[in-house]
Amino acid sequence: MIVPLAHVLILAAILFGLGLVCTLVWRSNVIMLLIGIEIMLNAAMLVFVGGSNHWGMADGQVFALIIMAMTSAEVSLALALVVYLHRRKNTVDVDEFRELQD
Amino acid sequence: METYLFYILATVTVIGTILAITEKHPVHAIVYLVTSFFSLASIFFLLSAPLIAMFEVIIYAGAVMVLFMFVIMMLDLGRADEAKRPPLRQWFLPVILGGIILVSIGVLAAGYVTTPHAPGAITVRDFAVTLFRKYGVAVEIISMQLLFAVVGALYLGRRRP
Repeated sequence: MIVPLAHVLILAAILFGLGLVCTLVWRSNVIMLLIGIEIMLNAAMLVFVGGSNHWGMADGQVFALIIMAMTSAEVSLALALVVYLHRRKNTVDVDEFRELQD
Repeated sequence: METYLFYILATVTVIGTILAITEKHPVHAIVYLVTSFFSLASIFFLLSAPLIAMFEVIIYAGAVMVLFMFVIMMLDLGRADEAKRPPLRQWFLPVILGGIILVSIGVLAAGYVTTPHAPGAITVRDFAVTLFRKYGVAVEIISMQLLFAVVGALYLGRRRP
């Protein structure tokens, strides 16, 4: 292990906090909100890989790969939703999508 | 040497992410994010996960970010005159919330006693054996999930009369 596990965890915490702030702040653009989710998932992947390196087991890397597959599924669905909503309301502002119907 | 490299790359990742989330133009934000993901991939390489580093570059910095860019171009959201960041009062509370989470995780992680381990290096062979022998069911489930995502995206993207 080249650095202590605590430093990897602190880096992951900083990235997660930044992603959370991005998700909370950017209500005016759905795409930036999705980018915030990406940053948070990357922080989770960093924790998995750091733990896998610390304990010398490959399981953490397997779960990092599974998070990656899950993210690509999530992004493809979410971007399809963004295209659909933009076609409906002609905007990407989250505050515009209030109604369940229409 | 590798230790210094880790801290340098960590700084690049954090600064790239900060620039990405404060950038008002979505296309610039995505380019900053690609920088951040590249340095994160190098960190994965330093943490003896070369395969994950490769996938990070190919899938995240490559495919996912290009998908975002593609949607921005398709919906024509990349106009410079229309781009605006949220007003300052919207930043205030989220930054406080994120700071609280950050400080608490930092305090917990700094007080965490890491027992020194002497693990063997994880080779790609170990990774593959773990993936397909121990977590073979997870691979099947995740492939089904990808299939469902494709079907859902096709359903959402179809032309309605």
